[in-house]
Amino acid sequence: MKRTTWVTVFVMLALAILPPVFLWTGNAFYVDLATRLVILAIAAVSLNLILGFGGMVSFGHAAYIGIGAYAVGIPVYYETYGGIDALASYGGAFHILLAVGVSALFALLTGVICLRTKGVYFIMITMAFGQMIYYLFISMEEFGGDDGLVIDIRSELPLVSLDNPLQLYAIAYIALVIAMLMVRTIVNSRFGMVLQGARGNDERLVTLGYNTYLYRLTAYVISGAMCGFAGALLGNFTTFISPDMMGWSRSGELMFMVILGGSATTLGPVLGSAVFILMEEVLSSITIYWHLPFGLMLMGIVLFVRGGLMGLIKGKGDK
Amino acid sequence: MDYTLLFIQTLNGVQLGLLLFLVASGLTLVFGILDFVNLAHGSIYMVGAFICASLTFITGNFLIAVLISLPIIGLVGYLIERLVARTLYSRNHLDHVLGTFGLILVLDTSVHLIWGPAGFAVPLPEWLDGRVELFEGVVVPTFRLLIIGVGLAVAAGLYWLVNFTKLGMLIRAGASNRTMVSALGIDISTLFALVFALGAMLAGLAGMLISPITEASISMGGEIIITAFVVIIVGGIGSMKGAFVAAIVIGLIDTLGRSFLDDLFKLFMSPQAAETSAPAVSAMLIYIIMAVILAFRPQGLFPPRVR
Repeated sequence: MKRTTWVTVFVMLALAILPPVFLWTGNAFYVDLATRLVILAIAAVSLNLILGFGGMVSFGHAAYIGIGAYAVGIPVYYETYGGIDALASYGGAFHILLAVGVSALFALLTGVICLRTKGVYFIMITMAFGQMIYYLFISMEEFGGDDGLVIDIRSELPLVSLDNPLQLYAIAYIALVIAMLMVRTIVNSRFGMVLQGARGNDERLVTLGYNTYLYRLTAYVISGAMCGFAGALLGNFTTFISPDMMGWSRSGELMFMVILGGSATTLGPVLGSAVFILMEEVLSSITIYWHLPFGLMLMGIVLFVRGGLMGLIKGKGDK
Repeated sequence: MDYTLLFIQTLNGVQLGLLLFLVASGLTLVFGILDFVNLAHGSIYMVGAFICASLTFITGNFLIAVLISLPIIGLVGYLIERLVARTLYSRNHLDHVLGTFGLILVLDTSVHLIWGPAGFAVPLPEWLDGRVELFEGVVVPTFRLLIIGVGLAVAAGLYWLVNFTKLGMLIRAGASNRTMVSALGIDISTLFALVFALGAMLAGLAGMLISPITEASISMGGEIIITAFVVIIVGGIGSMKGAFVAAIVIGLIDTLGRSFLDDLFKLFMSPQAAETSAPAVSAMLIYIIMAVILAFRPQGLFPPRVR
């Protein structure tokens, strides 16, 4: 097996074993940390599909996290306090369906326009659409506007209870593994080959008779839906949502996770989110000015480390 | 309809538009010539406001503070170009975005370290702090008129600079074919640094001008940068004319939308529905306009000629 495969197996095993061990040794805090890590890793994996493999630099991906989280918060709010009955529910299946559905729809509507553009235009337009959703939720006073919305009750699922930290973690972990396998399958399929071919040379693929626009749009929608699911999990984890979760700096952080770990790799986004969350945790416990070393680190990585952590692991000869 | 209010809001819209133009012109200048996406442009705007705020307290005069702050913020821009941006030119746009995203964190936290987390109110000299009666019943703050005047003057100055000076000629030439310009013996490296510093001064000036109205705060950079992006996307990235037209349009739409959209909605829906939907729609209005324009013209209204 290649070195990257070993590392992937090792990291995923560690993520499976460590949190239960933390819980049994009385370090519940680390389970929380790991849950956040794994949920954000799902979002990063979804972003990697379009950013890494598809070459679409989306700067508005946090919007889907927000949509997913509000897809849990709003039905719970309506069920608890009354309002639009059609949207009122505590049911997890309904929440997830809503999160994935609305995210996919938003990705489709914005993707149709965004994907007509290229390069910097694409970066800025995705960013602007992300901000649009951000301001939309800020303006909705009913759901707390700027202050956010407390989710009183977690999604109700059969067999498991999301109120149990370990069960919530297990669900998130399984979702992450499925997401990674899904992206891997997509990328290795004929569809994925066209997607990656279009990243390298769009004209060639168009000349070969592929409608690359449709391929990109499909990938864009899949990625959005997947990230919406991560958002629904995050809503259940934090039991509080605010527009702050979907601002453009959050999108930037997601991009950073992908690049830090190594874009267009299976493990990269997971590794990136792990390092990101741990650095954030360590630095913010040392100083309130932790953004300063964090920003310097970010700049250093962009300037000097090409290919991210997976690039370092892979080494020069092993390709 | 209240025409006095309409007039005043139109004036506010133009003022916002001109401020947006100051920020967007620097952004579009840097992108047009250097092909560089600078996310940290909003942070430069914010740093400009803070430097000016401090100098206002030291010198006791807002206008003197602005005049001293301008070269300082130009120098900040120059240093950013030398230390960070320069290395990134040869990279792709993704690296630009991430690198300058890191720069935002560094600049914002540095401001937090130096000036503290709270905002700074900036006092105006007495003769600027008053109001003028333009005509019967229409009273506007003097300072807002000053912002409009300065904005228009800078727009005219930039037009002159880009179209009628040697530097402007180089800027235009550099924007259409960079390699050719450097092959002709122009020191492209210095030109780039100058353009970057100029962009920083424009953004800084915008920050200084707005600070007496809103106060200087750390979050102000992140708030304006997205709108400035919308402006240059709508105008066509790299186009100065596009930036100007789009900035005024966006400024007007945003301001008028926030104050009159509920009245407009009441014409065809129930007052209650209008009250609830108007804030949501007006918050998204400029993005909807952007989406509509891009659906028909993916390169913006005035795309610069292909290089």
